[in-house]
Amino acid sequence: MKEEGNYANRPSNTAFTQQRLPAWQPMLSAGVVIPGFLLIGLAFIGIGVGLLITSRSIQVLELDYTGTETSSPCYQCTMSNQSNCVCKLSFSIGTLFKGPVFFYYGLTNYFQNQRKYGVSKDFNQLIGDVSYFKSPSSDCQPYQRVNGKPIVPCGAIANSMFNDTFKLYQIINGKEELVPFDGKGIAWWTDYNIKYRNPDYTPLKNAFNDTEKPVFWTKPAYELDTSDASNNGFINQDFLVWMRRAALPNFRKLYRRITEGNYKDGLPAGNYSLEISYNYPVISFEGTKKVTFSNVSWMGGQNEFLGIAYLVIGSMCVVMSVVMLIVYAKFRFPEED
Amino acid sequence: MRMLFPGDAEAEPGGVRGVHLCRKIQHDPRERMSRKTLKCLLGVDEGSRANRKVVVGHRPCPSNEEIIPPKFCDNRIVSSKYTVWNFLPKNLFEQFRRIANFYFLIIFLVQVIVDTPTSPVTSGLPLFFVITVTAIKQGYEDWLRHKADNEVNKYKVTVLVDGKRIESESEKIKVGDIVEVKENETFPCDLILLQSHRDDDTCFVTTASLDGESNHKTHYTVPNIESDLESLTATIECEQPQSDLYKFVGRMDIYKDSQEPIFRSLGPENLLLKGATLKNTKMIYGVAVYTGMETKMALNYQGKSQKRSAVEKSINAFLLIYLFILVSKALVCTTLKYVWQSKPGQDEPWYNEKTQRERETNLYLKMFTDFLSFMVLFNFIIPVSMYVTVEMQKFLGSFFITWDKDFFDPEIKEGALVNTSDLNEELGQVEYVFTDKTGTLTQNNMEFIECCIDGFQYKYRDACDELDGFSVTDGPVNKVQQKAGREKEDQFLRALCLCHTVQVKESAEQDGLADQVDGSILDEASSQEERGFIASSPDEIALVKGAMRYGFTFLGLESKTLKILNRKKEVEKYELLHVLNFDPVRRRMSVIIKDTSGETFLFCKGADSSIFPRVKQEEVEKIRMHVERNATEGYRTLCVASKRLSPEEFAQVDEELKEARLALQDREEKLMAVYNQVETEMTLIGATAVEDRLQEEAAETMEALQGAGMKVWVLTGDKMETAKSTCYACRLFQRNTELLELTLRTLEDRGRSREERLHELLLEYHKKAVQDAPPVKGGIARSWSGANHDYGFIIDGASLSLMLKSSSASKPNSYESLFLQICQNCTAVLCCRMAPLQKAQIVKMVKNSKGSPITLSIGDGANDVSMILEAHVGIGIKGKEGRQAVRNSDYAIPKLKHLKKLLLAHGHLYYVRIAHLVQYFFYKNLCFILPQFLYQFFCGYSQQPLYDAAYLTMYNICFTSMPILAYSLLEQHISIDDLLENATLYRDVAKNAMLQWWPFLYWTVLGVFQGLLFFFGVRCLFSNPALQDNGQVFGNWSYGTIVFTVLVFTVTLKLALDTRHWTWINHFVIWGSLAFYVFFSFFWGGIIWPFIRHQRLYFVFANMLGSVSAWLVIILLILLSLLPEILFAVFRKNHGSHARQTSTVTPLTYKHPREHNHQPGLDGQH
Repeated sequence: MKEEGNYANRPSNTAFTQQRLPAWQPMLSAGVVIPGFLLIGLAFIGIGVGLLITSRSIQVLELDYTGTETSSPCYQCTMSNQSNCVCKLSFSIGTLFKGPVFFYYGLTNYFQNQRKYGVSKDFNQLIGDVSYFKSPSSDCQPYQRVNGKPIVPCGAIANSMFNDTFKLYQIINGKEELVPFDGKGIAWWTDYNIKYRNPDYTPLKNAFNDTEKPVFWTKPAYELDTSDASNNGFINQDFLVWMRRAALPNFRKLYRRITEGNYKDGLPAGNYSLEISYNYPVISFEGTKKVTFSNVSWMGGQNEFLGIAYLVIGSMCVVMSVVMLIVYAKFRFPEED
Repeated sequence: MRMLFPGDAEAEPGGVRGVHLCRKIQHDPRERMSRKTLKCLLGVDEGSRANRKVVVGHRPCPSNEEIIPPKFCDNRIVSSKYTVWNFLPKNLFEQFRRIANFYFLIIFLVQVIVDTPTSPVTSGLPLFFVITVTAIKQGYEDWLRHKADNEVNKYKVTVLVDGKRIESESEKIKVGDIVEVKENETFPCDLILLQSHRDDDTCFVTTASLDGESNHKTHYTVPNIESDLESLTATIECEQPQSDLYKFVGRMDIYKDSQEPIFRSLGPENLLLKGATLKNTKMIYGVAVYTGMETKMALNYQGKSQKRSAVEKSINAFLLIYLFILVSKALVCTTLKYVWQSKPGQDEPWYNEKTQRERETNLYLKMFTDFLSFMVLFNFIIPVSMYVTVEMQKFLGSFFITWDKDFFDPEIKEGALVNTSDLNEELGQVEYVFTDKTGTLTQNNMEFIECCIDGFQYKYRDACDELDGFSVTDGPVNKVQQKAGREKEDQFLRALCLCHTVQVKESAEQDGLADQVDGSILDEASSQEERGFIASSPDEIALVKGAMRYGFTFLGLESKTLKILNRKKEVEKYELLHVLNFDPVRRRMSVIIKDTSGETFLFCKGADSSIFPRVKQEEVEKIRMHVERNATEGYRTLCVASKRLSPEEFAQVDEELKEARLALQDREEKLMAVYNQVETEMTLIGATAVEDRLQEEAAETMEALQGAGMKVWVLTGDKMETAKSTCYACRLFQRNTELLELTLRTLEDRGRSREERLHELLLEYHKKAVQDAPPVKGGIARSWSGANHDYGFIIDGASLSLMLKSSSASKPNSYESLFLQICQNCTAVLCCRMAPLQKAQIVKMVKNSKGSPITLSIGDGANDVSMILEAHVGIGIKGKEGRQAVRNSDYAIPKLKHLKKLLLAHGHLYYVRIAHLVQYFFYKNLCFILPQFLYQFFCGYSQQPLYDAAYLTMYNICFTSMPILAYSLLEQHISIDDLLENATLYRDVAKNAMLQWWPFLYWTVLGVFQGLLFFFGVRCLFSNPALQDNGQVFGNWSYGTIVFTVLVFTVTLKLALDTRHWTWINHFVIWGSLAFYVFFSFFWGGIIWPFIRHQRLYFVFANMLGSVSAWLVIILLILLSLLPEILFAVFRKNHGSHARQTSTVTPLTYKHPREHNHQPGLDGQH
């Protein structure tokens, strides 16, 4: 049939056009699946055990300070509209709380993941583009202007920045000793260094001429941390932490780390007092506020879900491989008759 | 007058007899119509609009009647849908009539108008893409149709205008033009034959491309008109165009100077149909009466309607379900949103106040916009990209048909052709195959196989020995050592040479001595001896040629003298005295001749059943055996008998014949009586076996199709006997098949009315085939005894129309359903004597019967076009009868044998591929959107998207589209060889098996399961969002990204699990897609993109990868999602059909049959 090659419109005889490409034809047969399941199951059980142990080793101390209960020390702060209400929360730690200790604040029933809330910001302001200081994005409404002046940083997220502040004292012999907080490195490195930028003005205040601070704020953005220029304005760590919206309505955000001084290795056993300047209103939407002390491991904060899930699925795999083995041991023979 | 069209032509749809009758009338002056009767017939008196009046040559005629030249349509054939001008609006309109496109348009508009969570680009861009791709594809297809139309319409013709021959184009022919047609040209429109180049005022045509009859038909010029067409002044009055090929009534008024016009009646014998071909006549002139779309050929086409595949219907059904899911999701969310907001403090917390305008908006308007927003948010559940992918899959997939070298036919140097790629998968769903006979099952190429002389078998040697065969001068090659006597041989061969109505082709020299029936050159080696013959039946040519091979050559008929060249190369002359014509009732024909010595012989040939009773019985037995053997082998057998007539006998016969021919009344009956009387007491001298050569591998193909569970129906315009023998040869009818006949013959057996008889027969057959038939799933013992009871059904066109007519009149549909029930229990059905539209009618009837089975029509001629268009899938064969069928088909293949691979391999694979594609698409979008839906419960029903806009847009376009496209193009879950070998595998996917509700439910449940898993798995993880070892927390975009990562990996790996055939392309695309996703995510979140307002994903992906917990949860969720799938695959593998198992057995399992289930999964390369 060689002369057929002369035909111009003869289909080309390639493996592809003739659907004869060499192919690997895997089979999910029991021979693969049973040992596969067994291996995966064992591996998962191993990982699960590791995870669970790790998770259990993480110490967590959670304190609610919403103040809805009359017994709560912060109850009075919820009563009046007074500003600068301070309440103190006392607690004790039985054993050494291993460091570095991470200090979180948590909110519940707070919808940072609302769509309208989420888009209510002007990213151009936040990268320090001063031209947008005068005319904030319309996304920011109704937090775009106040008294005719543009708000910087505009929008609902910035406006609602968490503004409770905390001071932790260890009570040693009746005396309160301040536990130093480390406010660095609580926000994503990229947020701090790249994503958010202050306008290139010195002093920073000048950039904010003719602008208004967000209505909820007590201080303008350029005064968030007057002591440290690198933690001021839009690159204030607390601000950055707040700007990263939480995924779920019950969330916690990192407030401080305890890494310094005597507390480098953790919080020693003893009595502590947490001084809270109570500003953030949550009662109106039936939310709660809490603080959490936690140390972290390689897997992050405490979360038993992963370990349990791995254990369960690992065991499931092992059980299934055994069941399959039994099934095939039983039913293979009649087939051969 | 009724005699002109006996039985309303339904009784005799075949043209031949009609022509004969008409000719008779022509020659009989007493039956010439008076003008009055004609007027009556044509209904002129009722209203002249019922007729059309044509002025021949546009010459005004001196008529006292004023003729307003009416407007007729031009001679253009239009099969295209669009023009340049209406393409855009018409195509857009058609596209948006599709519910999916319309839906996307609505979504797009909503996004533009209402404040929605996602930008209009996300749905506008894909929609634009889909519309454009489809428009380009349809435009291209229409352009091809335009091209084909142009080929026909621009065909060069010669028109006579005022005596001058003017070259023109076919489309410019107007009604009334006188057109010149040369030999072997097709008629450009319906013409009334005015003048022929032949002396006897006849011309020969073949209507092969119209009704499949390839024999030559004689047509007659209008009698007694001037030879000078220039001076001819005449008008033609004829009926309005109608589709029946065999019906035509008209009248020609010829005006001669100042005389009363002369009337000539016109019948179908004067009408040359567009599409027929002029044969053996140098040139004719005819006047156009019907043009363009009004020609009988065009009227026999049906409008080319858009064919939709069953898969597309399933898609639409699923689409509705998903639309329902979508709407309910949106409704649920909207309702819950307002329920939730009614609680104090939730609607407008202090941190998220509303603008003044939002507060003032009407509540119901807000609800409505919220509803629309949810719709937009969830609209991805109906995958716009599925339509793109399906279109692409179909378009690209169809290349595999055109590329397949198995479909390449070296004879015509062409491969398969795909006209509509929309129906690829339908090829895997065929339940009924309707096949044409002539040119499709058979080559329409009769060949003399063997003969039997005096009980001895003579078999002609195979073609390879042809030269030898001819060089042997001392007689036929004799396989059986004994021979009949030389004298008997000679007598038999002489009979073959003399007893026929064959003509020697006059222009044989020009045509390379080809014979006219098949139009191709046979036996080149012996072309010296070969002659072109013309006959009304190809069998006769085969017999004459057969005799020639044995040394007796028919030289021709000259003035009543038959000349033959005998074995000794001597010319023998015989005077032809009478021809006792063939007719289907007698089933034989005879000639009476006188040899040079003055002796008179009668030679008769005919079907065994009609010959055996008329010969001396002692001769019958030894020949009967041969005849029966030949018949079971599928050959067409004829018996030959002779009789010597004494001068007295002859004189008497001669007298009687002449008398009968002149009879005024009951001439037919009288002639028949004479024939029957003379054809008695003959001597049986032998039998012949002629093969209507089947197409290559026709029987194997039919067997494979039946094995695949398809019912094969043969629909042909041909005679029943011929068709039946073909069915036997194709093994559609087996030897033990009991034939149930519903034909004119069986209907007319008794003296009762046809309707009564029809009723009786139908009930009888129904009882036999349906009621008494053993149940399909009967016990083994039962099936052993009942298995040999196969039924075959035979019906002819007349009976069919009678049946349809009676059923619509009296008991609606009862006959039809009886008929269908009988047919369903028959292994094969043969419908003969079908007009093209009747073929379509049958197809339609089956198509609309219970269970609406998928039908496929295959044919090669223009007479098959209507059924090709009617069936779900139309296959054209690139045969010898022109390209009409190919043009109107959905797929065209060079040979019948290619049908097997087209259906069993390509069709099966396409179906599996596209079914999987469809299910997979719905599945992957369900588990894509379900987490987004669930997220609404955690974000205050605020329409917050879970995934970034880039992910939402790219998910279907980039991340998950290529693997499924590659799968849907390359997957071979069973190898092509196995599919071809094992036809029963086709049944596995019959009845749209993979797109039924159960598989759909399975996929849906899988999608829901995985969607729930993705969302709640990550939700549990995020109960503590501090997932990094530096204590930092993850936000909402990290949440979405983790879910999305799990999603992309899971759906891709799910496809990987389903892939049975991993070519390098699959590897490349599957792993490439995943790599691309990772790569894209890095980049998307790795750079501050200047054109994006929110850098939401900045470093989200990288941070996610920095978290061990995220890794672990991703791995966990992927594995958990696929776990049931893996289990199911193992389960299915071991309890699946054995056929599938054997087809995928790997060498290792072969060696270790005990380890049946321990197959080397990873190295099972074939």
